[in-house]
Amino acid sequence: MKHDAETTRFGLYVHWPFCTSKCPYCDFNSHVAAEVDMGRWLAAYQAEIARVAAATGPRVLSTIFFGGGTPSLMSADLVAAVITAARAAWTPANDLEITLEANPGSVEAGRFRDFRAAGVNRVSLGVQALDDAALRRLGRTHGTAEALAAVITAQDTFERVSIDMIYARQDQTPADWINELRRALALGTGHLSLYQLTIEDGTVFAARRTRGLLPGLPDDDRAAEMFDATQALCESAGIPAYEISNHARAGEECRHNLVYWRGQEYAGIGPGAHGRLNLPSGRSATEAIRAPGAWLYAVERRMSGEASCTLLSARDIAVERMLMGLRLHEGLTLAAIPTELRPSEAIIAELVDSGLLFDEPGRLRITPSGRLLTDRITAMLLPEPT
Amino acid sequence: MPGMTDLAHIRNFSIVAHIDHGKSTLADRLIQMTGTVAERDMKDQLLDSMDIERERGITIKANTVRIEYPAKDGQTYILNLIDTPGHVDFAYEVSRSMRAVEGSLLVVDASQGVEAQTLANVYQAIDAGHEIVPVLNKIDLPAADPDRVKEQIEDVIGLDAQDAVLISAKSGYGIPDVLEAIVHRLPPPKGDAEAPLKAMLVDSWYDPYLGVVVMVRVIDGRLRKGDRIRMMQTGAVYGVDRLAVLKPAMVDIAELGPGEIGVLTASIKQVRDTRVGDTITHERRQAAAALPGFKPSVPVVFCGLFPVDAADFEALRDAIEKLALNDASFTAEMETSAALGFGFRCGFLGLLHLEVVRERLEREFDLDLITTAPSVVYRLHMKDGTMKELHNPADMPDPTYIDHIEEPRIKATILVPDSYLGDVLKLCQDRRGIQLNLTYAGNRAMVEYDLPLNEVVFDFYDRLKSVTKGYASFDYQITGYREDNLVKMTILVNGEPVDALSMMVHRDRAEMRGRAMCEKLKELIPRHMFQIPIQAAIGGKVIARETISALRKDVTAKCYGGDVTRKKKLLEKQKEGKKKMRQFGKVEIPQTAFIQALKMDA
Repeated sequence: MKHDAETTRFGLYVHWPFCTSKCPYCDFNSHVAAEVDMGRWLAAYQAEIARVAAATGPRVLSTIFFGGGTPSLMSADLVAAVITAARAAWTPANDLEITLEANPGSVEAGRFRDFRAAGVNRVSLGVQALDDAALRRLGRTHGTAEALAAVITAQDTFERVSIDMIYARQDQTPADWINELRRALALGTGHLSLYQLTIEDGTVFAARRTRGLLPGLPDDDRAAEMFDATQALCESAGIPAYEISNHARAGEECRHNLVYWRGQEYAGIGPGAHGRLNLPSGRSATEAIRAPGAWLYAVERRMSGEASCTLLSARDIAVERMLMGLRLHEGLTLAAIPTELRPSEAIIAELVDSGLLFDEPGRLRITPSGRLLTDRITAMLLPEPT
Repeated sequence: MPGMTDLAHIRNFSIVAHIDHGKSTLADRLIQMTGTVAERDMKDQLLDSMDIERERGITIKANTVRIEYPAKDGQTYILNLIDTPGHVDFAYEVSRSMRAVEGSLLVVDASQGVEAQTLANVYQAIDAGHEIVPVLNKIDLPAADPDRVKEQIEDVIGLDAQDAVLISAKSGYGIPDVLEAIVHRLPPPKGDAEAPLKAMLVDSWYDPYLGVVVMVRVIDGRLRKGDRIRMMQTGAVYGVDRLAVLKPAMVDIAELGPGEIGVLTASIKQVRDTRVGDTITHERRQAAAALPGFKPSVPVVFCGLFPVDAADFEALRDAIEKLALNDASFTAEMETSAALGFGFRCGFLGLLHLEVVRERLEREFDLDLITTAPSVVYRLHMKDGTMKELHNPADMPDPTYIDHIEEPRIKATILVPDSYLGDVLKLCQDRRGIQLNLTYAGNRAMVEYDLPLNEVVFDFYDRLKSVTKGYASFDYQITGYREDNLVKMTILVNGEPVDALSMMVHRDRAEMRGRAMCEKLKELIPRHMFQIPIQAAIGGKVIARETISALRKDVTAKCYGGDVTRKKKLLEKQKEGKKKMRQFGKVEIPQTAFIQALKMDA
């Protein structure tokens, strides 16, 4: 089990909180701003990287991930300078993965070369749908043709390309989705993130649904049918799932996200960014100030954008390890959980008997038929509340 | 300390009224206008001392007050008001209170007219030989129609209402006329001060400072502080520690003579040691015979009370013990349920009594309770000739040993605007009712039905209210037991019987009740990772079935570095929520599902 030896992996997440518009399904920390002072933001990111690096001490940096928001709205110079700062603060791995989330619009596509020159070697394109009406409903500003062109440009520009799709949308039938997914697979990217539409609290969609203005959403049974079809189709295309919603050709997995799911170490820089740092005092959860203006102000005036840094208990660590690890097809080794916090043999046996967990001693791994019930299964396996 | 009052200057009376017709307000005014209570001490609805009574506008325990009234004839009279419980569940208490006084004020809302409860209580007053003065309240309301209501009183009750006193208890209008009517139209009590002591135990309650307080009405003889008294039913002997009258605060008095009403304390430990209706006499010089008509109050409706949080069981036990100190008519025995854990099987005088006790437990003792479906007392006549009472369907013996089962029946009186009569008749018919009588008074119909009590405890009140938009009034009295085709219906969830949900039903209604319960549970039990059959069965035979399909999807689509904290909290909350689940084999049933499924409304 190679990955279990890789517990020293360290990743950096950089949050860019701005978008040109806010999508109605999005509950991320994103804001619409007319103009952003790139110079001030660069200085702030540099200061934060230096502050966190001082806390972590020397690390081999495996991944950098620019998320948002819409990080493709950052200037290539800003991206380049942040990468330079990170490479200086920690020791970059030889195969350092640098991902940038991008809108598949024509404007962004025109800047892909600059991002590549800045050091980005992987993009994650928010294609979301290959249907113009659906894109409009999702509040996206790009069209299908534009997105297809952007994917081709990205493939010409970057070593690795991933696309995001959202399914189980309003009025979408399983047949519609299979058709759409076939077209997405035909693009030939090595990685796909295929998310079922989730109506998150506090979003525009949630408000619409409350008022009955979001009709035609598939029920759980229909959504499950779509999920199963997705697994079958992607597997036969040689791009199986390695996590609930993430599919990759062998070796094309997103290394940065694996850092999260494998319970490894990551620093979070930028407004609202979360980190998990193995500090001398112990594994700690960090969280940055959420509001962009307040974060910027705090970094400039108080030399820190941190809102909290909480030492995690052994139980917290175990819970996080399980709820993230169980999302992966590889599961997690029980050795990662202290004996007293492991699930009982009885619960494991019950889940194995129900065909929801593989019968693998020393390992917790959810079966294909259990994947859609991952949250429920996880809840059963978690240690009792204290 | 004042001594006894001569008979000619005593008037004892009660007030008969429907809920909301203003009984308590009138009582307050009488107390206020005679200066019995200083203005600043006046709380609205003084006699209803419990929160729940005040909120619901009903009286549960009889209260009394002694009023000194200087009448227009220049004489001062002692007026003893016994405030009777207004609800049918407390019919026995009402009848005892009625026998302690000589007259009644019949208070009727001048806009609403006579209601079913008024009828039951006014007939009790008539049975007790009362002189009755009709009082029309709320005559200042625009909708008041005193002439129509007077006619109704004459038609429905058969009382002469031409000299009814017109009042507005709220504004105080007409109150002096009421006081004069009490003095001049109600008779003084009779009695012989020199005969051996004979006093009626009208009521008793537990006071945390004084212990058990006993309310008495002296018939013959004199009762003094320090007397050795004997309870003729129980045979127990006590020394009178304290003798007082209620104004409504306790004021000590040296002695009580014939016709007088007061309270005593006598180092009695529990309310259970006193029996309402018992006769009190002197230990030495005893009365020749006890007062007639004593009967102990018997619970007729039973249900299980369980703490939502099993850890609250001890707290529930303490609370029940404390309540029982003050309420002899309420019984409780420990019960264990596989579904609900440890709790108590409790007996009540009726549904309202059940509600009141449950509310007091929740409110005064801060407990969250699950109430199982109310059940009546069935009589099981066994093949070996013995008879068993069944208080809990879970205790039902093997039916092959049972020859036949009897259930309690009631006579229900319903008063309803005639436009709703059809719905009411249908409801009664559906509930296995037999029509006894149907009469009209104006546009209101009065219908009497013979009904099984078990159909009434289920959801009859709620159905009646809903089909008549709240316009019907309802009252009942238990008439006796009758054999019928009764069976125990069991509910199985994933093949496991859920004891808390089993119930006795009439065979003809079993399918319907079973189907309703299965459908309800299908809505209430969350989907599990496997399919769950829900069945209603009689013996081994399934009569209704629903299936909860397996949960297909419970997964978060996106979960990255920034989502862990939130996700962790969510899962922990779910895990915490599991504490409120009851495990049934592999199925977890939320507490709320039991609460909902057992609610009386179908």
